[in-house]
Amino acid sequence: MQTHDKPQLKAEARNLNFYYGEAKALKNINMPIYDKKVTALIGPSGCGKSTYLRSFNRMHDLYPGNRYEGEIRFFPDNTNLLSSDVDPIEVRMRVGMVFQKPNPFPKTIYENVAYGLRVRGEKNKRVLDEKVETALRGAAIWEEVKDRLQELAPNLSGGQQQRLCIARALATDPELLLFDEPTSALDPIATGAIEELVHELKKRVTILIVTHNMQQAARVSDYTAYMYLGEMIEFGKTDEIFIKPQDKRTEDYITGRMG
Amino acid sequence: MNHAMSANSVSDLHQVSDRLAHNAMRHVSERVIEMLLFAAAAVSVLTTVGIVYVLVSESIHFFQNVPIVDFLTDTQWTPLFDDAHYGIMVLISGTLVSSGVALAVAIPMGTVIAIYLSEFANPKVREVAKPVLELLGGIPTIVFGYFALLIVTPLLQTIFPELPGFSLLSAGLVMGIMIVPYIASLSEDAMRAVPMSMREGSYAMGATKLYTAIHVVVPAAISGLAASYILGISRAVGETMILAVAAGMQPNLTWNPMEPAATITSYIVQVALGDLPHGSIGYQTIFAAGLTLLLITLMFNIAGQWLRRRYREAY
Repeated sequence: MQTHDKPQLKAEARNLNFYYGEAKALKNINMPIYDKKVTALIGPSGCGKSTYLRSFNRMHDLYPGNRYEGEIRFFPDNTNLLSSDVDPIEVRMRVGMVFQKPNPFPKTIYENVAYGLRVRGEKNKRVLDEKVETALRGAAIWEEVKDRLQELAPNLSGGQQQRLCIARALATDPELLLFDEPTSALDPIATGAIEELVHELKKRVTILIVTHNMQQAARVSDYTAYMYLGEMIEFGKTDEIFIKPQDKRTEDYITGRMG
Repeated sequence: MNHAMSANSVSDLHQVSDRLAHNAMRHVSERVIEMLLFAAAAVSVLTTVGIVYVLVSESIHFFQNVPIVDFLTDTQWTPLFDDAHYGIMVLISGTLVSSGVALAVAIPMGTVIAIYLSEFANPKVREVAKPVLELLGGIPTIVFGYFALLIVTPLLQTIFPELPGFSLLSAGLVMGIMIVPYIASLSEDAMRAVPMSMREGSYAMGATKLYTAIHVVVPAAISGLAASYILGISRAVGETMILAVAAGMQPNLTWNPMEPAATITSYIVQVALGDLPHGSIGYQTIFAAGLTLLLITLMFNIAGQWLRRRYREAY
């Protein structure tokens, strides 16, 4: 699961603060995201892990009154994703997202996956066909849906919908893929399939995943960050965090004494 | 507490029977309430049944005198002349043309307003705009009728000098404006009911607000939009005063909105206000016309129900 060569940085939060109106939700977060690795964010409800995740694709820009401070540097080009001169749409073109509850569009399976490509202006039928197939294969759902690409996506099962949403995010070749508790609405078998998929995907894409489930974090991630009350308490390699956490609060959380 | 709830000893028995009696009383009062509610519901159903009964039975008398084939195929509508013709197509054409003009205004405008209010307007604008829009729906249609006749028609005449003083175009346009609030308000409700998570899914793909509105929100709300359009159609087909005032009342088989024409509704007004003897064929025409109108709106309502079922989205 781990390599000994030094991983490259894909992104890095520097002195990141975030405010919902007056309420400060993230407090001075500094954290690296390594390239082609899975980084898990754990912590009790309301600790700010989803808020932090949603900063990476500027989802907070959709709602009034939200404010970022600090930087999220994105590599190799060293862009500050939070800079006011950076268009959130440009950010979202590079950073994909999979949500807590599967949210397929009321369209066919094919059109769901082609959505991001069409947003980017792709019209060539051959290119679309090819990329849709690649994405569906990448999300391990091709075999199940290849004969019914023209059926409506909301008719799929929950687990299939979530893999479809992963395919939708993959179709545009994102550099960073954000997962916001992607299995919390799924049964154990569908959850297993998604976890396997995450493991497979990190060969191609950097992954940041929020999870409530510590076993899941231990199973799928290379690095883990523990957050509490908007602060980053501890960040490190997953096995180190789970075997010998440095901070008392992390230890309390992962041993189940709190949270 | 437990003691009181069970009949473990003989001395508890009267308590139990009291409680049963109380339950029985409650049962009676619930029966009464249920019957009152049923009666209230029955009144509206029976009224509808009564209306349909009157329309159908009077229409049967009418069709005993006028063959149904003539009614559907004759190209003249002159029930009050000595040489009487009863071609309902004459009135249907007026109804369809004026409704077509109205919907050509109301559906695009209502939808665009709904998209703006639901997806683009900030909450403050929406809170002011929506009640104002709904106020527009409260203006009496007779006022709209005079607005069409005295303001819109002269305005249109500056563009089309050949436009007569009464026209389907002018009445239809104003009728469209009257229907806009209904379509905008219902469509906006349907679009706002689309869960935010679905929009976020689209924004996360790098889509703009407009792209998201057109490609995700509108398709997701399509059953609600269809319902609002059907309501708009029913309003247009059934609208009376605007047409009676501004479209002229002479029966005229035409598909040209620049001409004056009677519609089914404006004809009914004309006859109902006149002093035709009850039971005459001329009088019975309004029931046949009313039945036709009922069937047209019924058809659209059924189509609307079907559309809703076909495209209903469950979240």
